[in-house]
Amino acid sequence: MSGHMNLTLKVWRQKNSTTPGKFVTYKANDISPDMSFLEMLDVVNEDLVKKTEDPIHFDHDCREGICGMCSLVINGEPHGPKRATTTCQLHMRSFADGDTIVIEPWRAAAFPVVKDLVTNRSAFERIQQAGGYVSISTGGVPDANEIPIPKPVADEAFSSAECIGCGACVAACKNASAMLFVSAKISQYALLPQGQPERYARAEAMVLQMDEEGFGGCTNTYACEAQCPKEIKVTNIARMNREFFNAELIKS
Amino acid sequence: MSNFSKTFSSTLGKKLVMSLTGLFLCVFLIVHLIGNLQIFKADDGLAFNQYAHFMTHFPPIKIISYLLYLSIIVHSVWALILTRRNKAARPIGYAIKPKDGSIWSSRNMGILGTIIFIFIVVHMSNFWFKYHQGYTPFVEYQTNLKTGETTTRVLDASEFKEYVTYVDNGIQITQSEDLYKEVYTAFQQWWLVLFYVIAMAALAFHLIHGFQSAFQTLGWNHRKYFPIAKFVGLWGFGILIPLAYVAMPLYVFLTNL
Repeated sequence: MSGHMNLTLKVWRQKNSTTPGKFVTYKANDISPDMSFLEMLDVVNEDLVKKTEDPIHFDHDCREGICGMCSLVINGEPHGPKRATTTCQLHMRSFADGDTIVIEPWRAAAFPVVKDLVTNRSAFERIQQAGGYVSISTGGVPDANEIPIPKPVADEAFSSAECIGCGACVAACKNASAMLFVSAKISQYALLPQGQPERYARAEAMVLQMDEEGFGGCTNTYACEAQCPKEIKVTNIARMNREFFNAELIKS
Repeated sequence: MSNFSKTFSSTLGKKLVMSLTGLFLCVFLIVHLIGNLQIFKADDGLAFNQYAHFMTHFPPIKIISYLLYLSIIVHSVWALILTRRNKAARPIGYAIKPKDGSIWSSRNMGILGTIIFIFIVVHMSNFWFKYHQGYTPFVEYQTNLKTGETTTRVLDASEFKEYVTYVDNGIQITQSEDLYKEVYTAFQQWWLVLFYVIAMAALAFHLIHGFQSAFQTLGWNHRKYFPIAKFVGLWGFGILIPLAYVAMPLYVFLTNL
């Protein structure tokens, strides 16, 4: 096992959503390169608790890269320097001994800071509630393969459905635009037969809710695609645009 | 109607307006370039002045030109509205600027667009405004239809009434506003030529991102056809067209050193 690391952290500390925040510097000593980034923060927090200081607040849940709860902009990159990796799956071996690491929350008007690095991402939930569902007719379990779906279509829908709704796309975008998230959610249903009944109503409702929440517009820089831990493609955004324009100008 | 206002006040609706006006302006660039290339003809500007007269007096083109002015204004104003919204979406920025692999021009469309807008104002006040106000010099061409020889005579403003072209005794006589001379004189100023070079560089970068981006916004991101839009955006609108435009002031300037 390689040697332990000593790091300097510059962490955004903010008491609550109304108080302005600032960076505070901490030492993270004796960190194992096999720790995850969140475990490293746990170690720092243990120290702070021992000193009866307020620990650094950050979001996390499954720590398996599937729940979408963890966040953090690490040295200017949402979920840190590794591609297709959430912060919880980022290991300290991605950093070098003596590094200074700057940790900031997602920055967006629609994601207000709750405390320190924790932001309120309910805006995403409200967008989902606006149309990100299918009306299921309950009854007996349908037979397998009753509805034929070509494999490439199923794969495409599945790759859109991989979105975990973490908000890294918003954090990465220079306009704090949520279009990669919304387009993935619209796409996963637009592609499949089960999503057809509400197809256009969904596109309209979700896009209008996205605007309502105060996210920016897309300028096609594709920073979102580069930073998405689930590698959601910007072709979803083109599909969302098609669905929305169809909904607004042709199908209604 | 309320339905349309809902559609076009959404971020996607505004982006739709940006992409459609942008693509219309791209089409204009092609037409304007083909016409302007007449400047390379060694005929003392006869073809160029004929083209200028046609473009300003043929009714369908006049209608399209009003659409064009409208497009420039709408494209600029909508850009400002969207940019304001985009800035408001992130009131507190990052201490470390995000690294994201996006291309430079995609992040600086506003600055590039502003340079192009200033260029349009200067360009139109130099030529369009002077032409429409009759501030240009005037010229008479006499072409011997048998020998094909053309002689040129400067017309005094008092001699010129309106654009005419007629045949008299086997000689084609054309009296015209001399926009060619106006352009020729203007392009002998080094600072104006430099300004044109900068503006066309801005146009190049604006279109390298803008042209293909318009198709993505329209939702025409097709697996087979989108690479074509990207190719045309880069080599056609991003490189060939700005180079052809900038060749004109450079040609005039360098041949008159």
